[in-house]
Amino acid sequence: MIEFHQVFKRYEGGHEALKGVSFALANGEMAFLTGHSGAGKSTLLKLIALMERPTRGQVILDGQNISQVKDRHIPYHRRKIGMIFQDHRLLFDRSVYDNVALPLVIAGVSDRDIPKRVRAALDKVGLLNKEKQLPIQLSGGEQQRVGIARAVVNKPPLLLADEPTGNLDPELSAEIMKLFEQFQQVGVSVLIASHDLGLIARMKHPVLTLKDGRTIRNELAEAEFDG
Amino acid sequence: MAKTVHKGHSATTAKVSLLDRIKMALSLHKKNSVSTLLDILRQPANSLMTILVLAIALALPSAFYVFSQNAKAVSGSWNGGVQMALFLKDNTTEQATQELMQKLNLRPEFDQVTLVSKQQALEEFKSSSGFGDALEYLDDNPLPAMLVLTPSSEVATPSQAQVLVDELQQERIVDVAQMDMQWVQKYHAMLDMAQKIGSFVSILLAMAVLLIVGNTIRLAILNRREEIQVIKLVGATDGFIRRPFLYTGFWYGLIAALLAALMVNIVIAVLRGSASTLAELYSSGFSLMGLAPSHTLSLLAFGAGLGLIGAWISVNKHLRDIQPN
Repeated sequence: MIEFHQVFKRYEGGHEALKGVSFALANGEMAFLTGHSGAGKSTLLKLIALMERPTRGQVILDGQNISQVKDRHIPYHRRKIGMIFQDHRLLFDRSVYDNVALPLVIAGVSDRDIPKRVRAALDKVGLLNKEKQLPIQLSGGEQQRVGIARAVVNKPPLLLADEPTGNLDPELSAEIMKLFEQFQQVGVSVLIASHDLGLIARMKHPVLTLKDGRTIRNELAEAEFDG
Repeated sequence: MAKTVHKGHSATTAKVSLLDRIKMALSLHKKNSVSTLLDILRQPANSLMTILVLAIALALPSAFYVFSQNAKAVSGSWNGGVQMALFLKDNTTEQATQELMQKLNLRPEFDQVTLVSKQQALEEFKSSSGFGDALEYLDDNPLPAMLVLTPSSEVATPSQAQVLVDELQQERIVDVAQMDMQWVQKYHAMLDMAQKIGSFVSILLAMAVLLIVGNTIRLAILNRREEIQVIKLVGATDGFIRRPFLYTGFWYGLIAALLAALMVNIVIAVLRGSASTLAELYSSGFSLMGLAPSHTLSLLAFGAGLGLIGAWISVNKHLRDIQPN
């Protein structure tokens, strides 16, 4: 699903966030990305979502070298990825339903199909009864589940999560992680950046550990060099 | 590798048929246009000031246009009152005078050619000047014979009339050819200048409209900065993000143009009474014209177009700067 080949990322200020990272995440695999803050976790996720471009090296998504994706095609690239954020990034002036429907509206799904797909996604995260509420009326864990419903509603083959449990207590965190496992079980590839080592250890999924922009432990496959 | 790219692409697009996509695009347009209009109407306090400023900026050139149209209509009937006078040379024979009269009568530029003989001129002078007695002391009648010409409607402008006068001046028996229309020339010259100033001011005001709409849209974009970042993250194209802002600009322009048309028509209605009094005093059938329906339509199209362009410029400039992080 994802391959990194000797990827470097240097920001404009000169800060080098990634220094030659290589790994491969197989289709339908779920893995954790861990390391201290500033180790390069967020940069790595941003490169996949084309929020940043690598300085050197190749990022392959679904067989495509994404450095070839032109700027105006970035939106279509992002529709293949469901993204989940620590701060949820919901639209606070719109209902839960409208938040979850947003990717479908953007992708041009017909009005006829939107309601059932939104409800299916909300049902999966257990928020079917909250669709009319505003995000502000929900708890932190519920808001995060709205974020997850929004990420999966368009059935993307890949989920990226950046510290999805950062603000949640251990019990809620475990629930959220179980949710990700359910998506993985139906064939979605999942990559979760987190520094909650205890939780990660209990989950028994491959871990990629970064330190100062370098891979210090890689339980995933090495990326093959195919030229 | 290229093969898989292609497969991946069609897999995402094939979910939605072409017809459905067209339907969806139309429904998005409908939703965007309705919701942006409602946003403006729902928060009149926010948008009212902007719309009023836009309306005034649009009303000024429209009012100017209406008044210049009216001024043209007034001067359109200028040749009714203007005559040309050909003073004949003193030794002109009766026959030569008749020949010239016949020649001029045949020309389409003149409605009427009348001869005022030396004797008639003298009588007229005596009765109107009050110096009649003084003429008794002269041996000769010093006044020349004169042909008075009334131009037809073919002579539409003062410059055409001037060409005619210059030509008649060349006639053998004509001493001096004159036209009593300096005021018309001055009036036209003033009108011409006023129109140029008006066009210049109109261009400036149109630019003002662009800038005002552009700035309003800029603020709207900055206000929704986070929302824009979020929807870019979930795969919105620039077109999708741009559309509601363009509609907002469009509505601003259209509503302002409607208000401007209203303002101009109110001013005309207020002035119509005094204008007709004035026209009566000059025994003219002139009556003040308002904005014709076709002009109102162009004003609306112009306003909406300026709003759209202003929004377009602003959106293109500022949307690029907002990237998710």
